[in-house]
Amino acid sequence: MAESLLTIEHLTKRFGDALILDDLSLTVRQGEVVVVVGPSGCGKSTLLRCINALEPIQGGAIRLEGEAVEHKGKNLPELRQKIGMVFQSYELFPHLTVLDNILLAPMKVQKRGKEDVKREALEWLERVGLKEKAESYPRQLSGGQKQRVAIVRALCMHPEILLFDEVTAALDPEMVREVLDVMLDLAHQGRTMIIVTHEMQFARAVADRVIFIDDGKILEEATPDEFFEAPKTERAKKFLNMFEFHREAKQDDRK
Amino acid sequence: MPDLGLEVLFKGKNMARILGGLGVALQISLVSVCISIPLGILLGALMTWKNPVTKAILRLYLEIIRIMPQMVLLFLVYFGTTRAFGWDLSGEASAIIVFTLWGTAEMSDLVRGALISIPVHQYESSAALGLTKAQTYLYIIIPQTIRRLIPLSINLITRMIKTTSLILMIGVVEVLKVAQQIIEANRMASPNAAFGVYLTVLVLYFIACWPISMLAKYLEKRWR
Amino acid sequence: MGNPEKEGSVTDWAFIREYLPMYQEAAILTVRIGFLGIAISIVVGLLCSAAQYFKVPVLRAIVAVYVEFSRNTPLLVQLFFIYYGLPKIGIPTDAEMCGVIGLAFLGGSYMAEAFRSGLEAIEPIQMESSLSLGMTGAQAMRYVILPQAVSISVPAFMANVIFLLKETSVFSAISLMDLMFTAKDLIGLYYKTTESLFLLVVFYLLILLPISILGSLLERRLRYAGFGA
Repeated sequence: MAESLLTIEHLTKRFGDALILDDLSLTVRQGEVVVVVGPSGCGKSTLLRCINALEPIQGGAIRLEGEAVEHKGKNLPELRQKIGMVFQSYELFPHLTVLDNILLAPMKVQKRGKEDVKREALEWLERVGLKEKAESYPRQLSGGQKQRVAIVRALCMHPEILLFDEVTAALDPEMVREVLDVMLDLAHQGRTMIIVTHEMQFARAVADRVIFIDDGKILEEATPDEFFEAPKTERAKKFLNMFEFHREAKQDDRK
Repeated sequence: MPDLGLEVLFKGKNMARILGGLGVALQISLVSVCISIPLGILLGALMTWKNPVTKAILRLYLEIIRIMPQMVLLFLVYFGTTRAFGWDLSGEASAIIVFTLWGTAEMSDLVRGALISIPVHQYESSAALGLTKAQTYLYIIIPQTIRRLIPLSINLITRMIKTTSLILMIGVVEVLKVAQQIIEANRMASPNAAFGVYLTVLVLYFIACWPISMLAKYLEKRWR
Repeated sequence: MGNPEKEGSVTDWAFIREYLPMYQEAAILTVRIGFLGIAISIVVGLLCSAAQYFKVPVLRAIVAVYVEFSRNTPLLVQLFFIYYGLPKIGIPTDAEMCGVIGLAFLGGSYMAEAFRSGLEAIEPIQMESSLSLGMTGAQAMRYVILPQAVSISVPAFMANVIFLLKETSVFSAISLMDLMFTAKDLIGLYYKTTESLFLLVVFYLLILLPISILGSLLERRLRYAGFGA
């Protein structure tokens, strides 16, 4: 088994009095795809934000390749270069073209040469089907296109691990697939990824391991087949049932 | 502690005179605002009409009033029209005319902005619910417009009050003029009166404007 | 009233030609004080908006008080206080310096509000996404936040520039020989009301129209910051 890349030990996160993450521990191995599911407000997005040190934590430790990831830590910019993050709301920079969005951090942060990064960026854009959009501005793109650009932007920093925070939640249904396909492709390349999503079919297809979180705790940790076929806890069953219910309701409609 | 010249304020009726002077300025702004708001609403509504001639004329009026400093407008009315039409216009009357012209222009622009900021689908969804055009305006459009407008109109009042300080320059006896007179009359007894008295005027204007600004800010936040 | 028969209702072009240079000089004074005051306003505004945006303790409170005080008092009264009041407690001032300081005192708060609302219009998550790419806070400000904030501030900024240039019209109250002063002087001396006012309007238009047009051009060009779509 590959060695562990990211370790989270006894992570505790509070917003004021509210306990969001409760003594949560998790290890992600090199090349592993971990999908995190759970009801809204269970803390799964907060978990990703903590891993990228966008939130201060109240207890525990997060380590990437043994190095502590701390909010306001000294080496944070270096560490964050190794952690790619894609947000639900894309967060492209609206004043820059697609290409400049991608080039900005590699050039300014990693001081890489423009030609080198540009070649790489264009290769990636071609791979996700957006080469012709390189000179467009974000507002000229659809949601699905923006999200693919955001993924390329993260990839061009050569991260060790990629975090996806409900990246298809804001998309129109017909655009969800184009983004998920890119992620599936990345998974097949053996990239280490943590994916928070509500797309259960996708979760099952892409995951090496599924984590079910509720009330800030990991309630289940299983292979996708185990989790989706035979969830162990009541809460996980209930959670998965919600998706079933929707499907049945739709089938009823069609009758 | 240097002599700040504050004692002048407590001599005789000086404080009362200063407050009276502020009263003159406030009255002029109040009258101008009271005329500007209804006129501005009317013109602002007209500005959203499709008629290109009305639009052009109103736009021209707005731009002319806006580009000229109010001081210049005051001079044009106070000196210029007196000269051109041969009438005798008091400083107060000139001030009210100018501030009304200016206030109306500003108000009409605010009204126009508020009206066009109501999204089209508000009209459409009202129509879809079967509301008549009159009902749509009465229950849907006007209440939303008013919410956007009230904080801005309140702000216009503070701008008006600040602007009335200019009427000193066309010879109206308002708070600054009274202050000048008091300083002049006490130049021997209190040579430093200019500091205390002008500071007082500054603070008085602040006391007049600040609560109104705060109210506008509060309403803007609440109704956002 | 008056005796309009004497000069007739004909515009006196000779008078206009004669006093044109005087207006020119006055206009130069107006522009000089105006732009100097505005330049300092920008610096004051930048510092104040930075103090508020980064929530610098103490400084932020001082800025809040300054902004409220400056925005809720008339420039004319501020000038009277600076020009006539301050020397009484031993702070010497000359008229031109007063004009610049007064304008900067007023303009600083207006500029601060314009810059601050530009900065606050940028969602905090833009900063987070920059940080997540490994940028330092300073890099994120420089490459991501500021360019957007600046373009959002442009309309308010240009409106402030025009507003402040118009506000310079009160400088005559502290006996600066600006356009208003010149016009009033000539009206008082020669009763050439029409001509004096005509020149006054023309010179203000010469100063204000180009800036106003530049403002609307800039606004149109920089209107790209629309998210979504």
